[in-house]
Amino acid sequence: MTARHAPLGGRFISLPVVIMALFAMVAGFYLYHRFVYGLGSVTNLSDGYPWGIWIAIDLVVGTALGCAGYVMALMVYILNKGEYHPLVRPAILASLFGYGLGGIAVMIDLGRYWQGYNMMLPWLTNVNSVMLETALCIAAYITVLMIEFSPVFLERLGMTRVREKLNRFLFIIIALGVLLPTMHQSSMGTILVVLGHQLSPLWQTPLLPLFFLISALFMGFAIVIFEAVMSSVGFRRPLEGEVLGKLTGIMAWVMLGYLVLRFLDVVYRGSFGLAFDGSTQAIMFWLENLTAVIAVALVLPKANRFKPHLMFVCACMILVSGTIYRVNCYLVGYDPGDGFLYFPTVGEIMVTLGIFSLEILLYIAFVKNLPILHTPQSAYEEEHPHPAEASGSATGSAGTARPA
Amino acid sequence: MVGAATRPDPRPAESPDEFGDLDGYVGALGGLTRRDFLKFCTGIAATLGLSPAFGVTIANAATSPRRPPVIWISAQECTGCTESLLRAYHPTIESLILDHISLDYHEVLCAGAGHQAEEFKHRSMEENWGQYVMVVDGSIPTRDGGIYCKIAGETVLDIARHTAEGAAAVIAIGSCAAWGGIPASDPNPTDARPASDIITDKPVVNIPGCPPNPYNFLATVLHFLTFNELPGLDEKNRPRFAYGRLIHENCERRPHFDAGRFAREFGDPGHRQGWCLYQLGCKGPETYANCPAIGFNDVGESAWPVGIGAPCFGCTEQGIGFTKSLHSLSSVQSLTPPTAFPRIVETSDTGITPAAAALAAGIGGAAIGAGAVLASRLAKHAPAEGEGPGNEGRREDR
Repeated sequence: MTARHAPLGGRFISLPVVIMALFAMVAGFYLYHRFVYGLGSVTNLSDGYPWGIWIAIDLVVGTALGCAGYVMALMVYILNKGEYHPLVRPAILASLFGYGLGGIAVMIDLGRYWQGYNMMLPWLTNVNSVMLETALCIAAYITVLMIEFSPVFLERLGMTRVREKLNRFLFIIIALGVLLPTMHQSSMGTILVVLGHQLSPLWQTPLLPLFFLISALFMGFAIVIFEAVMSSVGFRRPLEGEVLGKLTGIMAWVMLGYLVLRFLDVVYRGSFGLAFDGSTQAIMFWLENLTAVIAVALVLPKANRFKPHLMFVCACMILVSGTIYRVNCYLVGYDPGDGFLYFPTVGEIMVTLGIFSLEILLYIAFVKNLPILHTPQSAYEEEHPHPAEASGSATGSAGTARPA
Repeated sequence: MVGAATRPDPRPAESPDEFGDLDGYVGALGGLTRRDFLKFCTGIAATLGLSPAFGVTIANAATSPRRPPVIWISAQECTGCTESLLRAYHPTIESLILDHISLDYHEVLCAGAGHQAEEFKHRSMEENWGQYVMVVDGSIPTRDGGIYCKIAGETVLDIARHTAEGAAAVIAIGSCAAWGGIPASDPNPTDARPASDIITDKPVVNIPGCPPNPYNFLATVLHFLTFNELPGLDEKNRPRFAYGRLIHENCERRPHFDAGRFAREFGDPGHRQGWCLYQLGCKGPETYANCPAIGFNDVGESAWPVGIGAPCFGCTEQGIGFTKSLHSLSSVQSLTPPTAFPRIVETSDTGITPAAAALAAGIGGAAIGAGAVLASRLAKHAPAEGEGPGNEGRREDR
C-alpha cells in the first residue's frame, strides 16, 4: 500500500467546532485574568503546590499524548515497519500540537514568564536543575517536530525543490525526533525522584524514569489508535483496521510488561500495603492500574484486537490509565506537608479544557486543508489530482517524511 | 518619651556648652580629677547616644549640691542587679550613688539596719513626697495577699504600692522586676508579677537583664537628672538607646551566621573557633539589648555571654529568657519581613469548590458518555474497509 496523503477538504464550521471554539474563548477570558491579575487570581496554586493541572495535565499528560509522533517514528523509521507509514503524518501533527500547547502551558504557568528565555542562555543555565534537561529537550523537540512536519507544508505549497533539499538531512531530524522524547519523557519521572518522601511510596521509585518512558510509549500507541478511530468516525473515512489491530496488540503487550514491572516494584519496595488503606491515594492507585488491567484483558484474545469498538475502548482506557498515572505522580501522590491542599479552580479547568479544545480545533483545520490523512488510491484522488502531483513531481506524494 | 515625671529639684536651665562651677568638678564622684570627671560624663553622653557636648551638662547635674533621693525596693530578687551595679568601675558605682544621688534606702547598701533604716525611709519619703525616684528590684508576689515576701512585717506588695504613690519616676531594674523573671516562671508558686503589673498609674521604666548592664541603668538615671525627663522608651518601656537593636545585629559572630558557619555542640571544632551559636539555642536573633556593643565588667569588648562561647539566653526579652527552652532555636527577627511585604508562605488554596468539582465531574462524565456512545456505534456498524460511506458527502462539500 503506497502512502498517499490528501487534504480532506469540506466545510470547517460545524457544531463541535463551534463548541470547541467557545471553550477556547472561555479559556482566553481566564488567561486574560491570569496575565493581568497574576496566577493567584485564577489558580489554586500555593507554595505547597506550585504546579497544578496546567503542568500535570497540559504539559505532562499533553506531551504523553504528543508521543504519537515518537512511537510512529520509532516503529516506521527505527524498527523499519513500513506498513505503519500511513499513520505517521497525523501522528506527527498530534505531537506538534501536544508539545506546542504543552510548551505554551508552561509559559502560562511560569510566574515570571518573561524571563523564560533565560534557560536558553548558557551563562544563565542552572546545570544542577533536573528541569533544565526537560525544558531544553522539549523546546528542541518542538523545533524538530516542526521540521519533521514541514514536508506537509512544502507539499501543499508545491515547493518541491526545498523539499528535496530537506530530504537530504531529514534523517538526522527524524533520529533526533526519536532521541529527544526518550530523554525528556524519562526526565519527567526523574524530576519526581528528586521530590523524595514528598511523593507517596506508591509512586516514588528509582524506576520512575523508566515508567514515564514506557507510559509515553503506550499512551503514544493509544493516541494513534484513538485518533485514527475518531477521524474515521468523524470524517466518515475508512478505518485502517488491519494496521491498527496490530498496533493494539503491540500496545497491549507493552502495557502488560509495564503492569508487571509496576506491581513488582511496589511489592518489592514493601509499599503495597498503602494500596489498601482506603485513602484517596489508594483509590487513585487502583483506578490507575485496574483500568490498565481491564484494557489489556480486553484485547489479549487476538480476535478482539481487530474489532473496532474493542480496539477503541482499549485505547481509551489506556489513555485514561496513563493520564491518571501521570496526574497521580504529579498531584495526587504528592504531599508537600504543612497541610497544603490542591484542587483546580474552575478557571484552571477551563483553561485546560480550552487548550485541548484548541488542539482538536487546529487538528481539524489542518487535516481539512493539508495533505495529512492517508487516502488509498481512490476514484477521488484520480478525479482531483493534487497540485503537487499535477506539477509533475514524483516525490510530491510518495512518503511523507520518509528519507529517500 | 515619658515626660510627665519631673525631677525633685529643677535646676535653672543650662545650655549644654555652658560650664558650671569648674572647681565644683574637682573631687566629684569619689575624688576624680576635673579632667577624669569630664571624661566620664562625656562617656556617659556617648552611651546615651548624645553629642559629647552633653557631657558638660551631665557633669553639672552630677555636681548639683542637692541630690535627688532614691528609694530602692527589693522584692523577690537575688541581689544580682545590685552586685552588677557595684561592679561598674569608671568610676565605681557606689561613689556615683552615694555622692551623686541620695540613696536614702537600699536594703543591701544601707548604713543603718532594722528599725533605724525603716525609720529613715519613712522620713525621707514624707519629706520628698512626689519627688523621689523609686527603683524596684525583683518580682512582687501577689498570691495569698502577697505574704511570701515581707519586710518589717509589711508585704512587698503593699510597700511597692505605697512607695509608688509618692514617686516622681519608677524604674524596674532586672528581668524579675521587668517581666517577672525566675520567680514568675512556671509554675509561679507565688504568682509573682512584674512591677508594671502592680504600679499601673505611673510609667515604669524597665531595665531588663539578668543582671542588666550597669551602664544602662546609670545612663537612664543620669538622663533623668540632666533633662528632667526619661529617655525614649520602646513599646515595652525599655530605654531605646540600650534596647533598640537586636543582639544579632551587633554580634561579633554575625559574619559566621551569614556565612552559615555554626557550632553544632559545645566544644566541637566550630565552637572552639568562635563560630555562630545559633544552633546551640542562642537567642540573640530575637533579643533586644546592647550587650555586644558595650560588654560587661569593663574588661574588653568580648566580655559578654556570646563573646565567651555561651549562647545568649534572652534575659532582656519578655517571653524568651526563663520562658523559652535554653537550647531551642530562636526565631530570627531580622529576617522576618514586615507585614506589608507579600507573604513568603502563600496558602491561598481554598480547596475543592462545588463549581470546580461539578465541572470536573461533568467533563469526566461527558468524556465517558461520548466514549461509550462511540464504542457502541462502532460495535453496531463498523466502518467498512476501503471505501467509506462518507465519500459522497465529502465530494459535495468540496
